[in-house]
Parts: sequence; C-alpha cells; structure tokens
Amino acid sequence: MIPIWYYAGQKLTTELKSKQVPLLALSAAFSFVIMMFNVPVPGGSSGHAIGGGIIAIVIGSWAAIIAISVTLVLQAMIFGDGGITAIATNCFNMGVVVPFVAYYAYRFISGNSKITSSTRVIAAAIAGWISLTMAALCAGFELGIQPILEHTADGVPLYMPYTWSVTVPAMVLEHAFAFSILEALITAIIFAYIQRTDTSVFYREKSEAEINRTEIMNGVTI
Amino acid sequence: MLRNLSIGLILLIIFAPLGLLAAGTAYGEWAPDELKDRIGFVPHGLEKLSDLWHAPMQDYNILNAPSFKSAGYILSAVIGVILSGSFLYFIGKKATKH
Repeated sequence: MIPIWYYAGQKLTTELKSKQVPLLALSAAFSFVIMMFNVPVPGGSSGHAIGGGIIAIVIGSWAAIIAISVTLVLQAMIFGDGGITAIATNCFNMGVVVPFVAYYAYRFISGNSKITSSTRVIAAAIAGWISLTMAALCAGFELGIQPILEHTADGVPLYMPYTWSVTVPAMVLEHAFAFSILEALITAIIFAYIQRTDTSVFYREKSEAEINRTEIMNGVTI
Repeated sequence: MLRNLSIGLILLIIFAPLGLLAAGTAYGEWAPDELKDRIGFVPHGLEKLSDLWHAPMQDYNILNAPSFKSAGYILSAVIGVILSGSFLYFIGKKATKH
C-alpha cells in the first residue's frame, strides 16, 4: 500500500483544487460515520457501507484513497475496529478497489449522457453496488488464502481457519444482498442531491463559467 | 451545498447508535474468543498477534458504562469526524498550496 499512498499523495498535489478541500475533509468524515452503521444479516454477521463510490465520483479516485485510508487507520488505531495487522489489506479493498471500480463503472454506464440526466443517478447506484461487491470478493479471496499460506506443520491454521469455499461466498453474498444495496442507495441519494445543486463539484466536470470561458477561447460565439 | 451536506453528516452522527443494533461481528473480524466458540480453539498466530495493540477507545465504547453505550457511540463518531476531517483538511490545504 505504501507506493499507492505515495502516488495518491502526488496526484493530490497536482489534481486537487482548493475549492475541493472542504469536500475532501467531509468525505473522510462521512466515510467514518457511515462505516459505524452496522447492518445485521441472517447468520449472525454484520457489515456496513463505505461511501467510497460517491467519494470517488466527487473528488476522484486518488483523493478517495487518501480519505478512506485515513479513516480506516483511525478506526483501527483508536477504536480497535478492523485491526492493526489488517490495515493495509483493508485500505486496499475499501480504499483502492471501491473508488476505482466505482468511478470507472460510473463513467462507463454514464457514457455520453448529460451530467444532469437520470442515467447518471442510475450509473452512480450501480457503481456503488458493483464497487462494494468487488471489494467483498477481494476480501473473501484474501481471507480464504490465509489457511493455505499460514499453518503449522501438521496443517492447523495459524490465523484464519476457513478457506475460499467458505470465505468467498460468505463475503460476496452478504454484500451483494445487503451492504452493497445500502451503498447503492447512499451513492444515488448523494449523487442526485449534488446533481441538482452544483454539478461543477463532480470530479472532472466543469462549471458553466469555465465552459463559457473555454468556448470563448476557442472562438465560439455565444 | 457544503452546509447541507454537513447537516446531513450531523444527522448521520445522531442516528449512528442504530449501528449498535447489529449484534454480530463483521465476517472475519472475530475476536479470539469468538473464534474459539466457532472452531473450538484459538489459532496460535492470532493469539500472539492479538496483544500487539490495545486501542484507547476499543469498540467505540468510550464512556465504558452499558447504559451510556449510545452516547459513547455518538461521541466516538464526533471524535472520528473531527480527527479525520481536520486531518484531511490539513492535507488538502498543503496539497493545494502550490
């Protein structure tokens, strides 16, 4: 994770606009709180949304890595949630996989639709769902590989006792049918709100003033 | 817009104790004794690592009294929001300086 954090930091200095700074701060705070909303699922387990999809759509995936990672490190170190030794893995799944999958899914589904169109809201919802489900798939693989890699000479697992056949379905199903649906709703609701308020807030979307300026520069008369 | 988003965040903080209703531990995040209940033993490596770090506000239970669990959870959310928000604000300010 360290090279990814470093590169994300570099990207932040070149890409971030000063008007996005409060949104960056708000993103981390939002992600912290939304992860506290544990949702129960049948079978006695629980889980939560991340908010990473909407964060990536608003401030970009590289900035999202920083925001979500800071949140996860705080949770682990101060509140004992997630685990110290799992910080890098958690940051990868939730801080890297979620924003990148979400952002590109959103762009792909949006296509050439107008930023104000309802297609975009649906794209945001699907991006939220896919991104968290993909992160769960990654986590399932990482958990399931543990007993294969880490065991004593006579095969007793040192950490995680369950392998892929258990961990992957457990992680993917509970996310696909519960937590990812919550993630989709959150992504769509916040997206729709910003879409109706100020679309220039979205990552790589220009404000009308900026569009007019470029058109004037290109010699277009309005 | 920032104002309304912040109001939304404050509402989320107030309703955060809803998250306490889910009693189960997240998949794969079991404590050593929970794992013992599931498989009958505590894996050796996990047992060794579990003493590596003791979080100052374990499980968002900072008031340390069962009757104040919700208040402690809200207070944890406030602390988390202030710490993560101000840290990112500082990073953001530094990144946009040039």
